Amino acid sequence: MTTTPVLEAIDETLETQGRPPLNVIYEWLTTVDHKKIGLMYIVYALIFLVIAGFEAILMRIQLAIPNNHFVSPQVFNQLFTMHGTTMVFFMGMPILFGMGNYLVPLMIGARDMAFPRLNAFSFWISAFAGLLLYFSYIGGSGLYAAGSAPDVGWFAYAPLTSKVFSPGHSTDYWTLAVFLSGVGSIGTALNIVTTILCMRCKGMKMSRMPLLPWLYLVMSGLVFVAVSPLTAAQIMLTLDRYLGAHFFDTQAGGSAILWMHFFWIFGHPEVYVLVLPAFAFANEIIPVFSRKAMFGYPAMVAASVSIGFISLSVWAHHMFTAGLGPAGNTFFVFATMVISVPTGIKIFNWLATIWGGKIIFAVPMMFMIAFLFQFLIAGLTGIMLSAAPFNWQLSASYFVVAHFHYVLVGAIVFSLFSAFYFWYPKVTGRMMSETLGKWHFWLFLIGFHLTFDFMHVPGILGMPRRIYTYEAGRGWDTLNFIVGVGAIFQAAGTLVLVYNMIHSYYKGKEAGHDPWDAWTLEWSVPSPPPSYNFAIEPTVSSRRPLWDIKHPEDPDADYE
Amino acid sequence: MSLIAGTAFAQSPTNIFDPAGTPARSAFGLSMLVLSITLAIFLIVAGLLLYALIRFRHRSTDSNREPAQIYGSNQIELSWTVIPILIVVTLFLTTTRVILGTEAIPKPASAMDVTIIGHQFWWEYRYPKSGVVTANELHVPISDPASPTPTYLTMSSADVSHSFWVPRLAGKMDLIPNRVNTMWIDPEATGLYLGQCAQYCGTQHAKMLLRVYAQSPQDFAAWIEQQNKPAQQEFPGNAAATEGQAVFMKNACINCHTVKGTVATGRFGPDLTHLASRDTIASGPIQNTPENLRKWVEDPNTMKPGSLMPAMHLNDHDLDVITAYLSQLH
Repeated sequence: MTTTPVLEAIDETLETQGRPPLNVIYEWLTTVDHKKIGLMYIVYALIFLVIAGFEAILMRIQLAIPNNHFVSPQVFNQLFTMHGTTMVFFMGMPILFGMGNYLVPLMIGARDMAFPRLNAFSFWISAFAGLLLYFSYIGGSGLYAAGSAPDVGWFAYAPLTSKVFSPGHSTDYWTLAVFLSGVGSIGTALNIVTTILCMRCKGMKMSRMPLLPWLYLVMSGLVFVAVSPLTAAQIMLTLDRYLGAHFFDTQAGGSAILWMHFFWIFGHPEVYVLVLPAFAFANEIIPVFSRKAMFGYPAMVAASVSIGFISLSVWAHHMFTAGLGPAGNTFFVFATMVISVPTGIKIFNWLATIWGGKIIFAVPMMFMIAFLFQFLIAGLTGIMLSAAPFNWQLSASYFVVAHFHYVLVGAIVFSLFSAFYFWYPKVTGRMMSETLGKWHFWLFLIGFHLTFDFMHVPGILGMPRRIYTYEAGRGWDTLNFIVGVGAIFQAAGTLVLVYNMIHSYYKGKEAGHDPWDAWTLEWSVPSPPPSYNFAIEPTVSSRRPLWDIKHPEDPDADYE
Repeated sequence: MSLIAGTAFAQSPTNIFDPAGTPARSAFGLSMLVLSITLAIFLIVAGLLLYALIRFRHRSTDSNREPAQIYGSNQIELSWTVIPILIVVTLFLTTTRVILGTEAIPKPASAMDVTIIGHQFWWEYRYPKSGVVTANELHVPISDPASPTPTYLTMSSADVSHSFWVPRLAGKMDLIPNRVNTMWIDPEATGLYLGQCAQYCGTQHAKMLLRVYAQSPQDFAAWIEQQNKPAQQEFPGNAAATEGQAVFMKNACINCHTVKGTVATGRFGPDLTHLASRDTIASGPIQNTPENLRKWVEDPNTMKPGSLMPAMHLNDHDLDVITAYLSQLH
């Protein structure tokens, strides 16, 4: 694709190669380019992935044998609080926002996000929030009490967070960090929605938009309605702690249940905020490696939108043991079970996309296949948990830990890894090593199953979550030991990925525009894409513009 | 995997699939139904996926042509929308029946009442009809279908949220401050049922264990009678216990602990009136022996870090006599 002289001139002024390092840093710090911001989100999230993963390993060492004294109870409680908070707010959300930031404008044929400066602001405030959370290790109760990170759990149930039960400032670090990350998330969500609604290229009707932007649209809508109550709850909690308000302060008559409602009105849609982008990657990658169009595009859109809506009415399935009574419980059982219908439609449509294709087992597709099986299992254990009386036994047990890690790691992280291998050539212009990719895949897959398959069983045998130790003779010991070994495999796999990303950046094979023979707009521009993405704004006439170019005899538009 | 899990299942005293009471049994029945439905779905979908992956993999002998592009099919998509809806409705109706059968059945006149109050990090049990107050070890009568005597548990919390979970008897129920929740259990065989707090409640959440002693009606009546007596006051021939009693009553112990019939009427810590009749201290993790009692009183935080009982800074002699006294509180 040729560039116009004006854009070439802009490119030259933005060109950073061969300039002193300080200027390069300045360029990144001040950039408003959606691709650079996307990459910064991803790098920042990967750093937190390694930190939170390290916290997980420490916890698994502590729990590998009964009555272990590897860490103290206080330290263990801080570890699971920091692990959960980091993984959700400083790994999961940023990495998915980063991917969206990078891909959405490219896929809809736009030159940047709608509000580039807001985009930069959202990134930097989220990054600051992450630093603030970890600063609690130094500042939680002043420098003399180093090591006072929050220990109230990522769910921070009232009234454990009130001043009486959580003196010092560690809980305030948690509150402020989550609050600020929420501000950043809402900013980015606003940006994504505006970009998708207003900046699609010529010919791209909503019904022609690739599924990835569709899912990011639903995800961003959920961020508004889910993160806002959480932000409100953080403000209320701070008022409780500092200005004597009594929203959640039960010692003064406040309500612990109120916090649960606020938290899970955020917390449940949040699962879908995280998983919808994973679906988005699957929707783009599975067709390419099956060499087929996505089966049932309208059904996929409808399923995604209805998942978005239904997910707003299921939060109290986290509260089946809070004594809501039979009427409340049955309502939330129904809402929760119903969500399995649109989710099932998605799995069946992916299956139908593969059916009759020519499946290429490249590394991105390997991760996607694992994603399909694991997401299926995660969904089925979700149905088990939605049956309230079964849930009375399983909630707050290790079965739940296994279930949601199947969603968060088995589905989301596997899909994300697949997306890394798939879009890395677009971002860097070089292919990632397939050999290292396979090492990564197998190490992580084995580790994942050792860890999370075996974790279901202690839950059934009565092991609650969030305990720093347990006594022998409950039947939990061997299982926890295996879980610990699995965690180490996963860590090894992740390190191979990080090595692969760095190694391939310098040594990888040249990728060219379109290494996977794919069909969406981002593959029409050079790798890496220039600033402002498209020299000439593209025009599309079908869902798969590059298919039309590659197969003029059988254009896509005829079937829409 | 099945071998390891099987061994673990066989030896676990807290296995939810080994119910010993009605609520746990009805949850178990529902679990088996849900498990078989989800297992069937898994086998079908995973089987289809596996078949597709093998059958439609790219072979080197394949032509370079793209496979036929199929964009969707209304009939097929409708079928995999309607069938799951039917499964969901079946599952929902069954679940509702079990919920109503556990949460909405009338309380029989023969029921026993116990009030449970959760504390960081121990359990307070009060028997409103007999006035018995005890801690950490719950005694209930067994219940048989001929003369059902289920135990109704009325629960609240004095500080943060906790959750009562004895897997073989029933699912869990939260104890939430400013709120009263109820549940019931009806152990069908005598014995000790284990469990533990299931809601994160602070530093020592892990060691807030539960012990439920299910007793025959006669044994239970005898236990109630014994617990109802005031604490022993005279220790003839046991000078250490007598001195220990005086040391106990002079120290801050009495601000937090009750010993019925004495000046000790504190409510913050467990009632110690019949401490020596319990098998464990510190809500489960420590055997109730004189040596452990002495270590506990000397500095609870070495045995259970984060425990809210402060070290009493007693000298060795006082520790010895207090231990002698506490060991006599049968």
